[in-house]
Amino acid sequence: MKLKEIASILNAEVICGHSKLERDVEAVFASDLMSDVLTIDSDKLLLLTGLVNIQTIRTSEMSDIKNIVLVRNKKASAEMIALAEENRIVIMQCSYSMFKSCGLLFANGLNPVY
Amino acid sequence: MRFEYNIEAGNFTKAGDASSSFKKVLKQLNVDPQIIKRIVVSLYEGEVNIVAHANGGKVICEVDTNRVQIKLIDEGPGIPDIEKAMQAGYSTASAKVREMGFGAGMGLQNIKNNADTFNIQSEVGVGTQLEIIVNLPKA
Repeated sequence: MKLKEIASILNAEVICGHSKLERDVEAVFASDLMSDVLTIDSDKLLLLTGLVNIQTIRTSEMSDIKNIVLVRNKKASAEMIALAEENRIVIMQCSYSMFKSCGLLFANGLNPVY
Repeated sequence: MRFEYNIEAGNFTKAGDASSSFKKVLKQLNVDPQIIKRIVVSLYEGEVNIVAHANGGKVICEVDTNRVQIKLIDEGPGIPDIEKAMQAGYSTASAKVREMGFGAGMGLQNIKNNADTFNIQSEVGVGTQLEIIVNLPKA
Protein backbone atom coordinates (compact mmCIF):
# COMPACT_ATOMS: atom_id res chain seq x y z
CA MET A 1 0.00 0.00 0.00
CA LYS A 2 1.27 3.45 -0.82
CA LEU A 3 1.88 6.03 1.90
CA LYS A 4 -0.66 8.38 0.34
CA GLU A 5 -3.36 5.71 0.78
CA ILE A 6 -2.31 5.21 4.41
CA ALA A 7 -2.55 8.97 4.96
CA SER A 8 -6.06 8.89 3.53
CA ILE A 9 -7.21 5.89 5.63
CA LEU A 10 -5.88 7.43 8.85
CA ASN A 11 -6.91 10.96 7.93
CA ALA A 12 -3.28 11.78 8.71
CA GLU A 13 -1.39 14.99 8.12
CA VAL A 14 1.96 14.63 6.36
CA ILE A 15 4.57 16.52 8.37
CA CYS A 16 7.66 15.81 6.31
CA GLY A 17 8.55 13.76 3.24
CA HIS A 18 5.69 15.07 1.07
CA SER A 19 7.53 13.98 -2.09
CA LYS A 20 7.79 10.36 -0.92
CA LEU A 21 4.10 9.44 -0.66
CA GLU A 22 4.32 6.99 -3.56
CA ARG A 23 6.52 4.81 -1.35
CA ASP A 24 5.20 1.27 -0.78
CA VAL A 25 4.54 -0.18 2.66
CA GLU A 26 4.17 -3.94 3.14
CA ALA A 27 3.95 -4.36 6.91
CA VAL A 28 3.18 -2.39 10.05
CA PHE A 29 4.68 -2.50 13.51
CA ALA A 30 2.94 -0.62 16.32
CA SER A 31 4.82 0.12 19.53
CA ASP A 32 5.77 2.84 21.97
CA LEU A 33 8.76 0.76 23.05
CA MET A 34 11.86 1.46 20.98
CA SER A 35 13.57 -1.60 22.48
CA ASP A 36 10.95 -3.68 20.63
CA VAL A 37 11.30 -1.70 17.42
CA LEU A 38 15.05 -2.40 17.41
CA THR A 39 14.37 -6.14 17.21
CA ILE A 40 12.34 -5.88 13.99
CA ASP A 41 13.93 -6.91 10.73
CA SER A 42 11.48 -6.06 7.96
CA ASP A 43 11.70 -4.00 4.84
CA LYS A 44 9.09 -1.51 3.66
CA LEU A 45 7.85 -1.11 7.20
CA LEU A 46 5.54 1.49 8.71
CA LEU A 47 5.99 2.31 12.39
CA LEU A 48 2.92 3.40 14.33
CA THR A 49 3.88 4.99 17.62
CA GLY A 50 2.74 7.43 20.23
CA LEU A 51 6.26 7.96 21.52
CA VAL A 52 7.35 11.44 20.56
CA ASN A 53 10.98 12.23 21.14
CA ILE A 54 14.23 12.34 19.19
CA GLN A 55 14.95 8.67 19.93
CA THR A 56 11.86 7.68 17.93
CA ILE A 57 13.64 9.01 14.85
CA ARG A 58 17.09 7.72 15.87
CA THR A 59 15.66 4.24 16.37
CA SER A 60 14.01 4.41 12.95
CA GLU A 61 17.28 5.56 11.39
CA MET A 62 19.17 2.58 12.86
CA SER A 63 16.42 0.12 11.93
CA ASP A 64 16.08 1.44 8.36
CA ILE A 65 12.46 2.40 9.00
CA LYS A 66 11.49 5.11 6.55
CA ASN A 67 7.84 5.65 7.45
CA ILE A 68 6.34 6.77 10.76
CA VAL A 69 2.80 7.63 11.81
CA LEU A 70 2.43 9.38 15.16
CA VAL A 71 -0.90 8.38 16.66
CA ARG A 72 -3.04 9.81 19.51
CA ASN A 73 -2.64 13.34 18.17
CA LYS A 74 1.04 13.47 19.15
CA LYS A 75 3.11 16.18 17.47
CA ALA A 76 6.62 15.87 16.10
CA SER A 77 9.12 18.43 17.41
CA ALA A 78 11.22 20.59 15.08
CA GLU A 79 14.25 18.54 16.11
CA MET A 80 12.50 15.29 15.15
CA ILE A 81 11.42 16.71 11.79
CA ALA A 82 14.95 17.91 10.97
CA LEU A 83 16.46 14.50 11.78
CA ALA A 84 13.72 12.72 9.81
CA GLU A 85 14.34 14.92 6.76
CA GLU A 86 18.08 14.25 6.97
CA ASN A 87 17.32 10.51 6.87
CA ARG A 88 14.55 10.66 4.24
CA ILE A 89 11.99 9.50 6.80
CA VAL A 90 8.33 10.39 6.28
CA ILE A 91 6.43 11.51 9.38
CA MET A 92 2.64 11.66 9.48
CA GLN A 93 0.42 12.61 12.40
CA CYS A 94 -3.08 11.33 13.07
CA SER A 95 -5.61 11.91 15.81
CA TYR A 96 -6.76 8.29 16.01
CA SER A 97 -5.80 5.96 18.85
CA MET A 98 -3.20 3.26 18.30
CA PHE A 99 -5.96 0.62 18.33
CA LYS A 100 -8.12 2.40 15.77
CA SER A 101 -5.13 3.12 13.52
CA CYS A 102 -4.01 -0.51 13.61
CA GLY A 103 -7.54 -1.75 13.02
CA LEU A 104 -8.09 0.44 10.00
CA LEU A 105 -4.76 -0.49 8.39
CA PHE A 106 -5.28 -4.20 9.07
CA ALA A 107 -8.81 -4.09 7.67
CA ASN A 108 -7.42 -2.45 4.55
CA GLY A 109 -4.97 -5.28 3.94
CA LEU A 110 -1.70 -4.29 5.58
CA ASN A 111 0.22 -7.12 7.24
CA PRO A 112 1.65 -7.46 10.72
CA VAL A 113 5.38 -8.16 11.10
CA TYR A 114 4.58 -11.36 12.99
CA MET B 1 40.32 1.99 9.80
CA ARG B 2 39.63 3.17 13.32
CA PHE B 3 36.93 5.53 14.53
CA GLU B 4 36.47 6.74 18.09
CA TYR B 5 33.46 8.50 19.60
CA ASN B 6 32.89 9.92 23.07
CA ILE B 7 29.54 9.22 24.73
CA GLU B 8 28.06 11.68 27.20
CA ALA B 9 26.24 10.34 30.26
CA GLY B 10 22.56 11.19 30.53
CA ASN B 11 22.33 13.21 27.30
CA PHE B 12 19.46 11.62 25.40
CA THR B 13 19.45 14.38 22.80
CA LYS B 14 22.83 13.12 21.62
CA ALA B 15 22.22 9.41 22.17
CA GLY B 16 22.69 7.81 18.79
CA ASP B 17 25.07 10.41 17.34
CA ALA B 18 27.97 7.94 17.34
CA SER B 19 25.86 5.20 15.78
CA SER B 20 24.60 7.61 13.14
CA SER B 21 28.14 8.76 12.30
CA PHE B 22 29.42 5.20 12.04
CA LYS B 23 26.45 4.18 9.89
CA LYS B 24 27.44 6.88 7.38
CA VAL B 25 31.00 5.47 7.33
CA LEU B 26 29.72 1.93 6.67
CA LYS B 27 27.48 3.20 3.86
CA GLN B 28 30.43 4.98 2.27
CA LEU B 29 32.37 1.72 2.47
CA ASN B 30 29.53 -0.01 0.57
CA VAL B 31 28.89 -2.55 3.30
CA ASP B 32 25.75 -4.64 2.66
CA PRO B 33 22.70 -2.79 4.10
CA GLN B 34 21.51 -5.86 6.07
CA ILE B 35 24.92 -6.11 7.73
CA ILE B 36 25.00 -2.36 8.38
CA LYS B 37 21.67 -2.70 10.16
CA ARG B 38 22.98 -5.48 12.42
CA ILE B 39 26.07 -3.43 13.25
CA VAL B 40 24.34 -0.13 13.95
CA VAL B 41 21.44 -1.64 15.90
CA SER B 42 24.01 -3.33 18.18
CA LEU B 43 26.05 -0.16 18.46
CA TYR B 44 23.00 1.98 19.14
CA GLU B 45 21.77 -0.38 21.88
CA GLY B 46 25.21 -0.16 23.50
CA GLU B 47 25.38 3.60 23.07
CA VAL B 48 21.97 4.07 24.70
CA ASN B 49 23.12 1.85 27.57
CA ILE B 50 26.13 4.10 28.19
CA VAL B 51 23.95 7.23 28.10
CA ALA B 52 21.34 5.62 30.35
CA HIS B 53 23.45 3.80 32.91
CA ALA B 54 27.09 4.88 32.88
CA ASN B 55 29.07 7.95 33.86
CA GLY B 56 30.09 8.44 30.24
CA GLY B 57 32.29 6.39 27.99
CA LYS B 58 33.63 5.88 24.53
CA VAL B 59 33.12 3.74 21.46
CA ILE B 60 35.98 2.44 19.34
CA CYS B 61 35.05 1.02 15.93
CA GLU B 62 37.60 -0.80 13.80
CA VAL B 63 36.85 -1.87 10.26
CA ASP B 64 38.96 -4.24 8.21
CA THR B 65 38.19 -6.36 5.18
CA ASN B 66 36.92 -9.32 7.22
CA ARG B 67 35.00 -7.79 10.08
CA VAL B 68 33.81 -4.82 12.07
CA GLN B 69 34.87 -4.77 15.71
CA ILE B 70 33.24 -2.38 18.16
CA LYS B 71 34.35 -1.78 21.73
CA LEU B 72 32.08 0.15 24.08
CA ILE B 73 33.96 1.18 27.19
CA ASP B 74 32.20 3.03 29.97
CA GLU B 75 33.24 4.59 33.24
CA GLY B 76 31.08 2.82 35.76
CA PRO B 77 29.08 1.99 37.77
CA GLY B 78 29.53 -1.56 36.45
CA ILE B 79 27.10 -4.47 36.40
CA PRO B 80 26.99 -6.57 39.61
CA ASP B 81 25.40 -9.63 37.97
CA ILE B 82 25.99 -9.97 34.22
CA GLU B 83 23.95 -13.17 33.95
CA LYS B 84 20.95 -11.36 35.40
CA ALA B 85 21.53 -8.33 33.16
CA MET B 86 21.44 -10.61 30.12
CA GLN B 87 18.04 -12.02 31.11
CA ALA B 88 15.15 -10.80 28.95
CA GLY B 89 13.07 -8.29 30.86
CA TYR B 90 15.59 -7.55 33.61
CA SER B 91 16.26 -3.82 33.81
CA THR B 92 17.53 -1.24 36.25
CA ALA B 93 16.57 1.67 33.97
CA SER B 94 15.26 4.90 35.45
CA ALA B 95 11.85 6.40 34.70
CA LYS B 96 13.57 8.91 32.39
CA VAL B 97 15.13 6.11 30.34
CA ARG B 98 11.75 4.36 30.06
CA GLU B 99 10.12 7.60 28.93
CA MET B 100 12.55 7.62 26.01
CA GLY B 101 11.25 4.20 24.92
CA PHE B 102 14.03 2.06 26.36
CA GLY B 103 14.78 0.17 29.56
CA ALA B 104 12.76 -2.95 28.83
CA GLY B 105 15.62 -5.31 29.57
CA MET B 106 16.08 -6.29 25.94
CA GLY B 107 19.19 -4.40 24.83
CA LEU B 108 22.05 -6.73 25.73
CA GLN B 109 20.20 -9.72 24.31
CA ASN B 110 19.47 -7.82 21.09
CA ILE B 111 23.17 -6.96 20.78
CA LYS B 112 24.05 -10.62 21.22
CA ASN B 113 21.47 -11.63 18.60
CA ASN B 114 22.90 -9.22 16.03
CA ALA B 115 26.59 -9.90 16.67
CA ASP B 116 28.73 -12.79 15.42
CA THR B 117 30.83 -12.42 18.56
CA PHE B 118 29.70 -10.72 21.76
CA ASN B 119 31.75 -10.33 24.92
CA ILE B 120 30.91 -8.44 28.07
CA GLN B 121 33.11 -7.71 31.06
CA SER B 122 32.20 -5.57 34.01
CA GLU B 123 33.62 -4.53 37.34
CA VAL B 124 31.49 -2.77 39.89
CA GLY B 125 32.82 0.73 40.57
CA VAL B 126 35.07 0.63 37.52
CA GLY B 127 33.01 0.10 34.39
CA THR B 128 31.72 -2.16 31.66
CA GLN B 129 33.28 -3.17 28.37
CA LEU B 130 31.38 -4.69 25.47
CA GLU B 131 33.01 -6.18 22.42
CA ILE B 132 30.83 -6.66 19.35
CA ILE B 133 32.16 -8.30 16.21
CA VAL B 134 30.22 -8.63 12.98
CA ASN B 135 31.90 -10.55 10.20
CA LEU B 136 31.89 -9.15 6.69
CA PRO B 137 31.37 -11.50 3.75
CA LYS B 138 34.34 -12.00 1.46
CA ALA B 139 34.11 -9.72 -1.55
